[in-house]
Amino acid sequence: MSATQSPSAVRSDALELLRQEFPILAVRPHGRRLAYLDNAATTQKPREVLAAIASYYETSNANVHRGVHLLSERATAAFEGARVDVAAFFNAAHTHEIVFTRNATESINLVAQSWGGANLAADDEVLISAMEHHSNIVPWQMACARTGAQLKVVPFDDCGTLDLEAFRRLLGPRTKMVAMSHLSNALGTVNPVAEIIAAAHAVGAVVLVDGAQAAYHMAVDVRALDADFYVATGHKLYGPTGMGVLYGKTALLEAMPPFLGGGDMIATVTFEQSTWNVLPYKFEAGTPHIAGAVGLAAGLRFLRRVGFETIAAHESALLAYATDAVQAVPGVRLIGTSPVKASILSFVMDGVHPHDIGTVVDQAGVAIRTGHHCAQPVMARFGVPATARASLALYNTREDIDQLVAALHEVRKVFA
Amino acid sequence: MMDSLQELYQEVILDHNRRPRNFRAIDGGCRQEGFNPLCGDRLVVYVVVEDGLVRDVAFEGSGCAISKASASLMTEALRGRSVDEARQLFAEFHEMVMSSSSAPARDLGKLSALAGVREFPMRVKCASLAWHALKAALESASPAPVSTE
Repeated sequence: MSATQSPSAVRSDALELLRQEFPILAVRPHGRRLAYLDNAATTQKPREVLAAIASYYETSNANVHRGVHLLSERATAAFEGARVDVAAFFNAAHTHEIVFTRNATESINLVAQSWGGANLAADDEVLISAMEHHSNIVPWQMACARTGAQLKVVPFDDCGTLDLEAFRRLLGPRTKMVAMSHLSNALGTVNPVAEIIAAAHAVGAVVLVDGAQAAYHMAVDVRALDADFYVATGHKLYGPTGMGVLYGKTALLEAMPPFLGGGDMIATVTFEQSTWNVLPYKFEAGTPHIAGAVGLAAGLRFLRRVGFETIAAHESALLAYATDAVQAVPGVRLIGTSPVKASILSFVMDGVHPHDIGTVVDQAGVAIRTGHHCAQPVMARFGVPATARASLALYNTREDIDQLVAALHEVRKVFA
Repeated sequence: MMDSLQELYQEVILDHNRRPRNFRAIDGGCRQEGFNPLCGDRLVVYVVVEDGLVRDVAFEGSGCAISKASASLMTEALRGRSVDEARQLFAEFHEMVMSSSSAPARDLGKLSALAGVREFPMRVKCASLAWHALKAALESASPAPVSTE
């Protein structure tokens, strides 16, 4: 996924066909062509995802795991079929190792509360990195506050590359959990998670990988990585919002207490006590987001059809192009220049606040994110209050980048 | 440049962003921090009130062009006014930036330069950050931080 690779890009006619599958790309913000470069926040949805959701509601809608009527059977089959697809997508050994949540944040909270509550104690250590999203910081702070465990932070260098030496120094017999992002949302750094997992396992620590940003850019094989937990979110996998994924190894999930209580997660209930359902239902209280699961499965089918080889080739070639083009704008400084990065271009501009950049480029039809990207410690590390961030997906083109660069020149003109 | 952008980033605003007026701390002044967690803008407003009059008002901090220019223009508009007038101006400014863009903008002198934010709902908080801090500073001698969230 290195930006320095120069793989063959997707042929432009094939790309044009792909773009046509995304109805929203026809929207004209302020009368301009849309250059949607805020994919790290959420990706747009292809027509087949929208159709799958509509079709579910038109032909199969009912509650799952309950009725014996036809529609309930269809809904249950669609929901559980989605779980099979997700398990295959991440190469999980068992379908029951896939727990559906609302989003990646909830998946991390589930592990921090359930696993953390049962396994962390005073003097234990939880190791995270300095480039984590708030969602992989705060749940661990909360777990540490409850259990007396200590939160330790692995630093990164001026490029945004994780300091592996510091990681190995911080790793020790007290380390019980290593929670690390696969791909940093603020910097684009791809972390060597296989290496991190192997090192953590050598000291007996459990590893959670936050794959919210990685899973739509590269093939993820949880068994090859030997990840204990892997979290992802459906709305970045070209599926709908409100649909998160938690992968966990069977033995770990089995030993964990439930997260939320309610219907579906129980086997028996009396007023004296209740017993828990089997995996994965033990962790899925209440009516789930059935249409969300159906939409997510459609998003994964779309991703598989396009193929990660094609996606990675296209996105890394485009990132290299964008890196050169944006850097050539006078006064622009990139934040996050790790040699191994993907899809994300964070930058600041001399004398112009990122928020003002965002407003000016929006008027030119360019959608980027400005702010701290839910990674305030990263901003503090670079001494900036915020950055502007362009983030790529498979439907982005050089035209999108050219439009961004032209808009950045406009920003310079306004604030000259 | 697009019309609404021109309206937003008027020369007065760009000037006050480049060279903010009364950009300093006041020792012994009543101090109030304003923070916008959305964009990380963080301003501190200082105000000295004597005999019911705003004797001195200043600010420091970092923020976008809109929040900085708004704070700078605010300090210029307030000096020498009574506390009641300052509160009245807060209400009028608030009304100006919150009102529908089709309604005629009220003339608030130089502050009217900020009427353009009406076209940019996401930026209204930037324009009102310093004003919210001011309001809290006037209301209390040792206030808690205010937030526009």
